[in-house]
Amino acid sequence: MTLDEISIILVYSAMAVYAIAFIAYAIDLARRSAAATKAADDAKSAVGASAPATEAGAATGTAGAVGSAAASGGGAGTLVAAPPARGASVAWGRSPALRVAVAMTVVAWLLHLAADVTRGLAAGRVPWANMYEFALTGTLVITTVYLLVLVVAKHDLRFLGTFVTGLVLVLLGIATVNFYVSVVPLPPALQSAWLVIHVFVATSAVGFLALGFALSVVQLMQARRESFAASAKAVKQNFLATLPDSATLENLAYRVIIIGFILWTFTLMAGAIWAEAAWGRYWGWDTKEVWTFIIWVVYAGYIHARATRGWRGSRSAWLAIIGFSTVLFNFTVVNLFFKGLHAYSGL
Amino acid sequence: MSPRSDPDALSRPDDHIDAPQRDAPSSDEASVSQPKLGFVGWLRFAWRQLTSMRTALLLLLLLAIAAVPGSLVPQRSSDPNGVTQYFADNPGLAPVLDRFQMFDVYTSAWFSAVYLLLFVSLIGCVIPRTKHHFDALRARPPRTPVRLSRLAGFTERPLPTGETPDAAIDRAAAELKRAGYRVERYDLRGEASVSAERGYLRETGNLVFHTALLGVLVAVGIGGGFGFSGQRVVVEGQSFVNTLAAYDSFNPGRFFDDGTLDPYKLSLEELDAVYETRNQEAIGQPIDFTAHVSVQAKGGESTPGVVKVNQPLRVHGTDVYLLGNGYAPTITVRDPEGEVVFTDAVPFLPQDANLTSIGVVKVPDGLEEQLGMVGFFYPTQETLDSGAFTSNYPDLVYPVLTLNVYQGDLGIDGGEPTSVYTLDPSSMEQLTGGATGVESIELMPGETVELPNGLGSVTFENVDPDAAEGDYSHSVSRFASFDIHDDPSQGWVLVFAVLIIAGLLVSLFVPRRRMWVKAVRRRDGAVVLEYAGLARGEDPGLEEAVASFATAHAGASTDAAAAAPASETAPPGESADDRANPST
Ligand code: HEM
Repeated sequence: MTLDEISIILVYSAMAVYAIAFIAYAIDLARRSAAATKAADDAKSAVGASAPATEAGAATGTAGAVGSAAASGGGAGTLVAAPPARGASVAWGRSPALRVAVAMTVVAWLLHLAADVTRGLAAGRVPWANMYEFALTGTLVITTVYLLVLVVAKHDLRFLGTFVTGLVLVLLGIATVNFYVSVVPLPPALQSAWLVIHVFVATSAVGFLALGFALSVVQLMQARRESFAASAKAVKQNFLATLPDSATLENLAYRVIIIGFILWTFTLMAGAIWAEAAWGRYWGWDTKEVWTFIIWVVYAGYIHARATRGWRGSRSAWLAIIGFSTVLFNFTVVNLFFKGLHAYSGL
Repeated sequence: MSPRSDPDALSRPDDHIDAPQRDAPSSDEASVSQPKLGFVGWLRFAWRQLTSMRTALLLLLLLAIAAVPGSLVPQRSSDPNGVTQYFADNPGLAPVLDRFQMFDVYTSAWFSAVYLLLFVSLIGCVIPRTKHHFDALRARPPRTPVRLSRLAGFTERPLPTGETPDAAIDRAAAELKRAGYRVERYDLRGEASVSAERGYLRETGNLVFHTALLGVLVAVGIGGGFGFSGQRVVVEGQSFVNTLAAYDSFNPGRFFDDGTLDPYKLSLEELDAVYETRNQEAIGQPIDFTAHVSVQAKGGESTPGVVKVNQPLRVHGTDVYLLGNGYAPTITVRDPEGEVVFTDAVPFLPQDANLTSIGVVKVPDGLEEQLGMVGFFYPTQETLDSGAFTSNYPDLVYPVLTLNVYQGDLGIDGGEPTSVYTLDPSSMEQLTGGATGVESIELMPGETVELPNGLGSVTFENVDPDAAEGDYSHSVSRFASFDIHDDPSQGWVLVFAVLIIAGLLVSLFVPRRRMWVKAVRRRDGAVVLEYAGLARGEDPGLEEAVASFATAHAGASTDAAAAAPASETAPPGESADDRANPST
């Protein structure tokens, strides 16, 4: 068996374990919804008729506090101080499903890492020189960033696992089925130290931006729920009740996205330096360059939106979502269907 | 002092989230309400709108959208052949798109308008902020707020035993200073306190970042005008002198002066091409191209050099890139008497990965009529089932040259420039191949055949005649196609790019914060130390920083402080003592 064949077996194994993790995360989310509903029912029967009034009052207070709490960077404080009636604060401790899910994610990550390393050994170079390899390494980075953030962040962000494992699974599936190419030598244009740096930094940026995307999506869902609560409409209790409030989610999203943005800025510049050496000009509006630029500008817009009155909150979250859509578009459609100098998909 | 209406708030656009709220309740309303203004007033109003955060944001988004069409439609700058093809494929649509400059998106009026507006807005934003920041750098940290308890991370610690309030505050000031804060002692109503601020670098970074963006634009725009780029094909054993006339094509910048070209001589000694031979999945895939050259300054020594893909040669103020290569079969044409009327290595343009190549030979003089030949070259020839030839490997294993001969007027006598790679057969008669019924000429290196109608003969020279029988590996010369550039602003662009990254890192990760420590005498006479902070912009670690500073300064938190307000035995006059203790 060749190293590359071993690598493929490892990829499939990792996918199987990711699938288990995904299911476990999904079960956990379902249980959260149930728990949230139950907590709401308990609260209702305990407080009786006065409950809706309290809830509405507290929620209005929160909505007003979103801006200032976020501005003072007090995300953590906001969460702790949140009154239970506000909705975003059904305590969610250790769910067995969640623990299984995280453990399985770690196992899948180890298999994935092994698959990536063996692919690199089989090729005798870094494993990110064609689309199959970009996908293999890129998804590895996404999981790595997720696990890192779990360790570092003060909040419990394990709920993002459903999204992360889901995305990684889909991308790995597409990559192995549609993008797979056997190991071939590097064309001269790719024989450069910049392949190692530029592409790796780009992939890392995607890892952070993916997480920022997930957080922004949840932020929007949470904001919607909060505005329902504020208008005293009936709030359907679901897993969102166990998650941080939208202001906290926004702060978290912002923090991972600015890391992604800096990495992307570096990607763009490293790409320009490489292009100068390989093609004789540092910027030529090649399709891939155009899209790298578009992504950069959209995220610059996101950062500005966060600092603009009237744009912080849901509008900036939409920009983060559009930003990640352009990232995915750049990776898939632009790589596969657009003509340009960056014809390195290997397909 | 409320954190929102900080009088010395950063001078940022009105609708910046940290800017003080103006009288208008919301920024949207501010822009809608139409103030009664004179001309100057209107100008100021318009300027404020242009330099607002919202405008910057919308222009950024507009810029992103405006960049999209350039990736959907081929661009003249990067893909001129694609544009020609597009016109051929979409004869109805293309002219309309062209009217909207869709084939020159990045130099179009509308794209330029968006980014120029954005940069005007940027200048309008950066200048006042820079001025304000210089002032802030020289200002003292602001007075300690009266009540710290409303601020971020507020915490209390008992005064360490045996230390006077004054000494404790002095020590706090020293420790804050050591931690990089700028500190100022304030004693308000007898309460000793220190006000500290750090992170001016954050705003510096932000300003450096935005200014460097401008720097890139200016460097690209102006500096690029002084450079040039030119292309030249050089066959092995031949050379080229860096003068305007020697280039196959030349694109000068707007301000370029061709007197600045340094006439050095670049000779291509050898072009090494290495192709994959072992990996079954990748047979024939290029592994390496190396152009071995020598460079000779005018009247100077010749020095050897190497140009590779990804490894340009930087000589005499120009950068030489290897952008392509191919074969240049050496072809000799003789007249019926055997006199040589043409001999040259003719570059053939590669058509596919296995270097099936097309070239044209023009023999204007020496024969009864002008002669043209269109040739196909196959480095490793193979016959398809259809009988057509193809190449199945890019290196020279079984090289074959086929030629179709034309006789008549080459169309070059009128002085109009014509491409050396195409033949216009409109006023010529085809003698071989195609519909003529005469077989195309087919040659291997070293072979000669007679031209039809007794016109003479044509030879495909073997440039390595001493090689062993059947070894064609060096039988045909190769050519390199070099791009030669000079971009005097490139270095500046790099400098600004580095500043962009540095400014970005600093402005996004250096926290700008204030911290205060105040010794407060409770009504029971006990003195407690109060600590609090204020974030200026994004600062997730603020509360932790206040807590850890308090702990480092006065020990871990106890609940003694929390219990203190219960007792109310402090004599009201006590604090007067502190007032008599002015600090530095
Ligand atoms: C050329 C277009 C621009 C780009 C690419 C751009 C990009 C950025 C980026 C990446 C940041 C975050 C990094 C930092 O804080 O330094 C930022 C922040 C900022 N930009 Fe811009 N910018 C542009 C134009 C402008 C303009 C025209 C204005 C003024 C209206 C402006 C005002 C600001 C302000 C006030 C911040 C600080 C935001 C905060 O407090 O977090 N920018 N910009």
